[in-house]
Amino acid sequence: MALQQTRLIFKHIDEPGYTNDIDCYMQHGGYEQLKRAVTMKPEDICADVLTSGVRGRGGAGFPAGMKWKFLDRKSGKPIYLVCNADESEPGTFKDRQIIHKDPHQLIEGMICSAFAIQAKLAFIYIRGEFFEGYRILERAIEEAREKNFLGDNILGSGYSCDIIVHRGAGAYICGEETGLIESLEGFRANPRIKPPYFPAALGAYQCPTIVNNVETLCNVKHVIDMGGEAFSKIGTPGNTGTRIWCVSGHVQKPGYYEFACSELTLGQLIYDVCGGLKPGRQLKAVIPGGSSSKILRADERFTGKLKDGSEFDWGIEDIPMDFDSLMAVGSMSGSGGVIVMDDTTDMVEALANINYFYAHESCGQCTPCREGVPWMRKVTQRMVDGEAREEDAELLKSIADQIAGRTICAFGEAASWPVQSFIAKFKDEFVEKAREQAARRKEGKEAALETTLI
Amino acid sequence: MNLKPETIHKIDTLVPRYPTMRSAALPLCHLVQEDQGYLSHEAIEWIAARLELQPINIQELVTFYPMLRTEPTGEYHVRVCRTLPCALAGAYQTCRSFEEAFDCKVGHTSADGKVTLEFVECHADCGKAPVVMVGETEYTDIDAEKAAEMAAKMKTGELPTGLEA
Repeated sequence: MALQQTRLIFKHIDEPGYTNDIDCYMQHGGYEQLKRAVTMKPEDICADVLTSGVRGRGGAGFPAGMKWKFLDRKSGKPIYLVCNADESEPGTFKDRQIIHKDPHQLIEGMICSAFAIQAKLAFIYIRGEFFEGYRILERAIEEAREKNFLGDNILGSGYSCDIIVHRGAGAYICGEETGLIESLEGFRANPRIKPPYFPAALGAYQCPTIVNNVETLCNVKHVIDMGGEAFSKIGTPGNTGTRIWCVSGHVQKPGYYEFACSELTLGQLIYDVCGGLKPGRQLKAVIPGGSSSKILRADERFTGKLKDGSEFDWGIEDIPMDFDSLMAVGSMSGSGGVIVMDDTTDMVEALANINYFYAHESCGQCTPCREGVPWMRKVTQRMVDGEAREEDAELLKSIADQIAGRTICAFGEAASWPVQSFIAKFKDEFVEKAREQAARRKEGKEAALETTLI
Repeated sequence: MNLKPETIHKIDTLVPRYPTMRSAALPLCHLVQEDQGYLSHEAIEWIAARLELQPINIQELVTFYPMLRTEPTGEYHVRVCRTLPCALAGAYQTCRSFEEAFDCKVGHTSADGKVTLEFVECHADCGKAPVVMVGETEYTDIDAEKAAEMAAKMKTGELPTGLEA
């Protein structure tokens, strides 16, 4: 059974003949929503975004309309809009497609959003490694400026707004919105102490600021197009709109696939959409929402109650792909990065690989994270190097438990969740690793085997 | 500082667009690094002075952000993604292939200055793993065999350095 995608954000992406210049975009109906938006009342657009129920696509899944509602409009300070294009969550590659192949959709979504919140200036914080994406956006902005879609007095509306493309320089923590703001202001990207919980109260330059993900801002254009009410009908209540699932790892056809929220299950995504696993292989585990999300074991049974009170009893393949279902099984849909692992995967090596990433990316501000995450890396590295101990699983868990909840930003959780979930679900493999090595040592052989993932 | 006129022009256009001068710090680091190949002490001091900051304000960025360099790279700057999705697709073997071809350990520059080989974290193109960057150009689906072919083309100078733009 071939499942049909519901392409909203990716409607034209990879369509034969579709190019990323403004003429092509306008021939396909581009900037019509902006033309309409500037004739609307800004507060009506905000209300529509709230009605649409659209949740943030960057990872946390916070309702965008609610975030906008938190804006401090009484202070009289200028408002800033920042597009978070720092796409760095391992396993996620959707924003790259939008930036490279349909940059004007993002720009239109941004100007519509900027008008709605009456922003004075907008930024696109793009990760430094996107060299080509940066050049594409710079060109697209100039094209849009020539047509008066941004700049002074946009389409005669009296509203003016510019977009500055600001490049990061290789730090994952810049995806955290307050770290991003620090970076934008010219500092190290150390996330800010909360409260205030939202930059909407106090953000860039000590002014109210909205930070939204690339895909979220694109959604705003579609909310204006179809109206908040109609948009909220896509997907299920509380999980509205589409999601772009980025599938990587051990599947036949890795790639990005857009479906309405809840439209398909994890099993359908892996087997029907991505062509299943390589011949002869069995599914072992899935990380469903970027490397920070908790891992799911292929033979687990997931039972519990959903938000609406209904009970569920799912195998891994039955899990509906949406925000709430993945949360209900103890993980999250995060940024939509689905990493699939088959039975050839050594889970200790996989965790060693993930720990290396977080140890490299900790900003170093909070002690539990700065010290704890490199310790977790050292332990898993020692394990794959041939010095695994049976008690290492417990040791790893105890370190992770002392990081989560004790840091300024959610990076502490992001680095701990993989360790906690790998140990909870694959502890036997961690213990076995030590036993195998001891046995090999006894036979006079090299304790460590050659590694492939670290 | 001997910056190219076009770099100076870019800097002079960029700085006034920001609400504060300091906001232009990271962009200036990029522009000067692209101009000079790396950020020397002199460059750091120059950027600080241009933005009316202290050198430490720039130095602390250089030591924080992995893409900012205080040493020049080899003729080819090869970055191999090693994060989980790329690793599952064989990125470590890809890197080993480069190491063998250039007789150069990852994290170092080859003795002849031909290549700087680095591991990097997720470049957000995991659907076409393993991902390799040469200069500013991205190459996808690079297994060990393709890495060896790329290395051969770097040795002959056939492969672009990815810094021409």
